[in-house]
Amino acid sequence: MTATILEVKDLGKRFGGFVALDGVSLDVARGERLGLIGPNGSGKSTLVNCICGTLRNEKGSVHFDGERMDGLKAHARTHRGLVRSFQLPRPFHSMTLADNIRIPLLYTVHREDAAARAHSSLRDRCHDLLEMVGLANKAKRLPRDLTQVEMRKLELARAVAAEPKLLLADEAMAGLSHSEVDDILELLFRLNERGITIILIEHIMSAVMRFSMRLAVLVSGKKIADGKVDEVVQNPEVVRAYLGE
Amino acid sequence: MNTTAFSIIVVVIAVALMAAAHSVNADYLYFASYTILQFMVLATAWNILGGYCGYVNFGSAAFFALGAYSTVFMYKAFPLPVPFLILIGGVVAGIVGLGMGYLTLRLRGSFFAIATLALAVVLQTLVVNWDFVGGSRGAYIIRPENIDIAGFEINYIEYLFGLMMALGAIALIGARTIERSRLGFGFATIRDDEMAAEACGVPTLRLKLIATTISGALMGMAGAPFPYYIGYLQPSSAFGLEYALNSIAMPMIGGTTSWAGPLVGALLLGTAQQYVTVTMSSALNLLIVGLMLIGFVILAPNGLIGVVRDRLLSWKRP
Amino acid sequence: MDISLDIFVNAIVAGLLLGGFYAAVTAGISISFGMLDIVNIAHPAFVILGSYTAYSVSVNLGVDPILGSLLVAPLFYFLGKLVYQIYYLSFEKRGQESLRGLAFFFGLLFVTEVTLILIFGVDYRYVEASYIGPSLHIGSIDLPLRMLVPCLVALAVFAAIDIFVSRTFTGRAVMAVSQDQLALKLMAADPIRIKRIAFGISVATAAIAGALLIVIQPVEPSVDREYIGRVFAICVLGGLGSMAGTLIAAVLLGVVESLTSTFYGPSWAPAVSFGFLLLTLAVRPAGLLGR
Repeated sequence: MTATILEVKDLGKRFGGFVALDGVSLDVARGERLGLIGPNGSGKSTLVNCICGTLRNEKGSVHFDGERMDGLKAHARTHRGLVRSFQLPRPFHSMTLADNIRIPLLYTVHREDAAARAHSSLRDRCHDLLEMVGLANKAKRLPRDLTQVEMRKLELARAVAAEPKLLLADEAMAGLSHSEVDDILELLFRLNERGITIILIEHIMSAVMRFSMRLAVLVSGKKIADGKVDEVVQNPEVVRAYLGE
Repeated sequence: MNTTAFSIIVVVIAVALMAAAHSVNADYLYFASYTILQFMVLATAWNILGGYCGYVNFGSAAFFALGAYSTVFMYKAFPLPVPFLILIGGVVAGIVGLGMGYLTLRLRGSFFAIATLALAVVLQTLVVNWDFVGGSRGAYIIRPENIDIAGFEINYIEYLFGLMMALGAIALIGARTIERSRLGFGFATIRDDEMAAEACGVPTLRLKLIATTISGALMGMAGAPFPYYIGYLQPSSAFGLEYALNSIAMPMIGGTTSWAGPLVGALLLGTAQQYVTVTMSSALNLLIVGLMLIGFVILAPNGLIGVVRDRLLSWKRP
Repeated sequence: MDISLDIFVNAIVAGLLLGGFYAAVTAGISISFGMLDIVNIAHPAFVILGSYTAYSVSVNLGVDPILGSLLVAPLFYFLGKLVYQIYYLSFEKRGQESLRGLAFFFGLLFVTEVTLILIFGVDYRYVEASYIGPSLHIGSIDLPLRMLVPCLVALAVFAAIDIFVSRTFTGRAVMAVSQDQLALKLMAADPIRIKRIAFGISVATAAIAGALLIVIQPVEPSVDREYIGRVFAICVLGGLGSMAGTLIAAVLLGVVESLTSTFYGPSWAPAVSFGFLLLTLAVRPAGLLGR
């Protein structure tokens, strides 16, 4: 197993005439906690989409766990342990919360094990995952009965259900109260202790600074900083990007 | 209720209905019931791709006609018993469904819908220009009076009715089995949010291709006996847009998320249409179906099944 | 050698004129599907409705059918706004436009067609005008006026739409709403109102296109089915959101159809446009000039 789990090399993506990503390179070490910040419109979501296969990058490459990801569809990347949660929650609105959680279990974790899929322990696993985010009592409800905050938690639980090696948490904490942010952060810390590499894309600076071992900053499709949290935060370019907005 | 129990119940009901029809033994009853059953199969087939996955197919007629014209082709080239023709019709239509899906399913749902329209017209044009199957003049199929099955002489129309009843049972059991399987779950995620489905590891393209193939094959199977039923097959009737209207209206009115929806829709609309076409006019018939489709789609998006379900839920909660 | 060149050239010219007309029929779809992303599969039925209105106006009031359609176009505009409002409240708002919205328009297609059958019957209807019959002759090229006049009117319609979209506030708002609804809201324009106006205009073009149709050929209610795939084929081939693309694609299709019809027989013509469509979707879904 290599030390680097994710290798993003010179990634480029444009939408018509607009350059969303301009040669972004990023290396993430196995077990690392990386924070990714940047002003709105800097290309963070596009970067996430390209890494995960939702969008196709025109230039550059993505290597995950030593394997080249270009050309692989999003579901294939999820199967290999590269998992993301969505910035705007995208629950399966016709299914209960428990069933929402079951999908990654059926189609990723146990995709080749019919016996495991039929086993009753699957239901327990769904329950445990919902318990992890405090939604176990709403297991039989539909997503439309949830608050925005609860939907974000469901989104995270569903991503964790896929048993990721690397989790891209895309603004999972927007709109949460202080204690809820703490809860999610604690959850992410626990996941990281189990060996899951986490890239935290966030605007809540206190959370990012507490959580990250390393910080990368994206501005206008370019990475302008990448290093220790204290150093990056004092980088004049970074300060200008944020205060100049 | 597990699948085996359900299958047994369906088979029992099918046999009972066949016995009841046999005791009445009216040709008209067989003809009318055949039509309704045929629509039920078409509606169920459409719903696998449309209701379960959320991809609208406007070209039901194309797959139906593929089955019908496979039969015409075999009739002229190498006659076979109808059950074999049903299988052949299913295979031909399924392959075309797979091919078309491969061309168009990577695009948005609205593009897929438009492409299905295109397919129907392209196929119709090919058939119209193909003299071996009759071209625009049409093809005559001589329907025998009776058929010998295991020593019994059975009225051929009753035989066709029985085959369609069997096909209907297979369609219902198949649809319900899919609905409750992992495949059905996957279909539902595609319908709800395809991007999220991919992110959860659902191979959406593969599942959509499976749905298109099964849907197309089932429609082809429904079309295979049609030339024998009708005796004279013309492209304009086999490829009529009315098939598309019915195969969309019946599930939407009955309810798209369940196997029971197309059944309810077919029984209701099918019977109503038999009545209206005979007593009034076929044009009025289409008007009513069109209005009902619009009405239900606006007012009762989950169909009759949805309405009943909501009623039951509101009674259950104190 | 000379004879077949004549036929060839005439087939191309006929195709150009036909293509111009096709562009008029497709203009509405370019707006509703190309810009608003609404699959209004009932549009061809509205066109036939336009044909019958032109017919009624021409027969009962003695007015030229094309001029008559200009008088009637405002009615179609309001019809379009009404249809969009129903569509918006029932589907777009609830996010169900993909399945239910399509079914809605499909139902509308049938209801419109069958209502025409019930009112007018299935006999072919035709109109009379001074330009239906005579032809211009330029060398060995025939230019039937009944094809030339609709083609010119079609180009005028396109020019009008182009001016509207590039010079008026509402027009530019329509282009904007097709690209970014949120930005439009921030500009204090109501996207729903803009879309309603755009949809109204798309149906209004159907009134005019319908009149052009009945000038070119006699119509009966199920003629709309010939155009369902044609209009979407042209729109997709031309590229969504590009009126110029629609025009080019329409002319291209008209020419290919005309050539196919002349050299292989008219029964192959329908497959041409649909074959084009399937090919475009498979190879370059963005179309010729699409975003």
